[in-house]
Parts: sequence; C-alpha cells; structure tokens
Amino acid sequence: MMHDDHDHDHAGDGHGHHHDHSHEHGHVHPPQKDHDAGPMSAYEVLEEAVRTLLVEKGIVTADEIAAQIDLMDSRTPSLGAKVVARAWNDPGFKSRLLADTKSALLEMDIDIGTLAEFRTIENTSDTHNVVVCTLCSCYPKLLLGVPPAWYKSLAYRSRVVVDPRGVLAEFGVRVPAGTEVRVHDSTADLRYLILPVRPAGTEGWSEDRLSALVTRDTMIGTAVPELEHKAAAE
Amino acid sequence: MTAHSQIATRFKVGARVRIADRSALGHCRTPWYLRGRIGEIVEVHGAYHDPERLAYHKPGLPLQVLYKVRFLQSDLWPGYHGPATDHLEADIYEYWLEPTL
Repeated sequence: MMHDDHDHDHAGDGHGHHHDHSHEHGHVHPPQKDHDAGPMSAYEVLEEAVRTLLVEKGIVTADEIAAQIDLMDSRTPSLGAKVVARAWNDPGFKSRLLADTKSALLEMDIDIGTLAEFRTIENTSDTHNVVVCTLCSCYPKLLLGVPPAWYKSLAYRSRVVVDPRGVLAEFGVRVPAGTEVRVHDSTADLRYLILPVRPAGTEGWSEDRLSALVTRDTMIGTAVPELEHKAAAE
Repeated sequence: MTAHSQIATRFKVGARVRIADRSALGHCRTPWYLRGRIGEIVEVHGAYHDPERLAYHKPGLPLQVLYKVRFLQSDLWPGYHGPATDHLEADIYEYWLEPTL
C-alpha cells in the first residue's frame, strides 16, 4: 500500500440531523448521520478520484485494494472477544498480553501488522479505562475491525474527554465515585485495547462461553460485560 | 520503534512536564486542549517517526521520543464534575514537552 502510517479515518465531515436511537439495553448513543444519505461529500469525491488515479497509474491495483478491504472486513470484535476470554481464563496469557500485546496475539495466530503498536489496558475495580481519539479516530482496527460511527463522531470525541462519567452514563455505565475513570486519548502511534473486568458468576466457563459476553464496546471501555441478560437467554 | 537503550530521552518516568503552548501549522498530533497543561510522564514509549514530517511525505527524521503523559482531569477542566482522582492520558512527542520549574 501507499503512504499509510496511520490506521485512522479523518472524521472531519459535518454532522446532519440528530436522531438518537435506543438500543435493546436502553442506552442512547451519540447522534450520527446516515452514511448513504444525500450527495457524495467533497471527501468522498476526492477519495474516489485519488483511488481511480492510483489504479490507472499502476501504483496500486484494484485487486490490492480489494484484498486490503477483505482483510479489514475479516477483523471483527469477535476476534478481540476471543482474546479477552483467553486472558480471563489463562493468567499467563493475560500477563503476556499486558506486557507485549503484539507477541501475545501472535500466540493466537492474530497478526496485527506493523502500522501501529498495540497496548492492552486492564480495567479493575479501582480504575475504569475508556479510549478515544480526539484528533481523528485512531482505533485498534486490526483486532476489532472498523470502528463504530459514533466513535468517529464529534460528539463522542469532544465530550468523553471533558465529561467521561456523563458520557459513560449515557452508554449505561455508571462508574462508582470510588473508582477512578481514566481516559486514554490515542493521539499518536499506539492503539489501545481495554481488557474488561470478568463478571462475577462466570467461574469455570469455557472461553467460547465467556467470549459471548465480550462486546465491542466493552473493549473500548464504553460498556462493561454483563451476565444477566446473556445468562437468562441460555 | 527503536529500543529504549538506544535512544536519549530528555524526561524520565515521574517527571512533571508542561505541554508547549504554541500553534503548529499543518498536521500535528498534540491536541489543543492539552497545550499549556502540566502532567506527569508515566511511560516512555520509545522513538518514532515524526508525524509532523511524515504527513508531508518526508522521512519523519530525526526520530522523536514518544511519552505517555498523565493529567489530572481537574487540572484540564475547571469545574470538572468527577472525583479528584480521575485522569486523562495522551501520547505526546518530546519536542512538545517542556520541563516545569
């Protein structure tokens, strides 16, 4: 690929009408506009023009672009969930993951490449961590896939640094006053994965069963794994 | 990244630093809301290519040491609502850091 030192998108476009939507567990996400609404933005036109020129000039091939899109599409939060479940069940793996995320992921045949470094940060009863990129939308894509639209929204990026507890409450996470909230603004070459707290009552569970509790948002820090509704469904 | 032993770092873990309060033309990875603020070095990440040069297709040299800097939320935002123990961390390149007196 060409110059590709940052695995982020530039979320500089405006934001259209606001339409909050409730989720099944009752929280409200920051507003976001529909991606395919209205005419192409200037940035979308620019992207298409540059991509077409790169292919016409033989700098990259359409196959290479398609292969990269396929790689990104193959990375989903379920991959991260497997990692978290392994860390919950294997203390040795957990300590290796916290010490050297890239090497630990290779043990699971997950190659996160060399575009950015990864760090894993553990949530505990003392500290709740949450990740943002206020400058654009840096995100551990090669482990969790494409970030959700709200992660790139101006509302999330600007508000979570100023009022993290308020934003977390909107996501349904109420952090006790005795627990420190620590916001990680991923401003540079590192990407952050949150290792959420393992829910009580999951002792003896298999990694497969545990991984079903680990949603994308729990690895961003905007949710905590919940046992109740999952257990009730079994 | 270059191994820690091979790089000269200006600041050590535990040092108090001020983020430079200046503007930068073009691409820059130091958020405005941290400029002029004081924090503590909590980790030395190593040496990385300089994003302010990389963005313009330069080689990004010389390499820049990158630090994780921790700020008290109450130092960043007057009237911060949460407990005094809440923090924010960001990764900042050395040439944006100044020693505090």
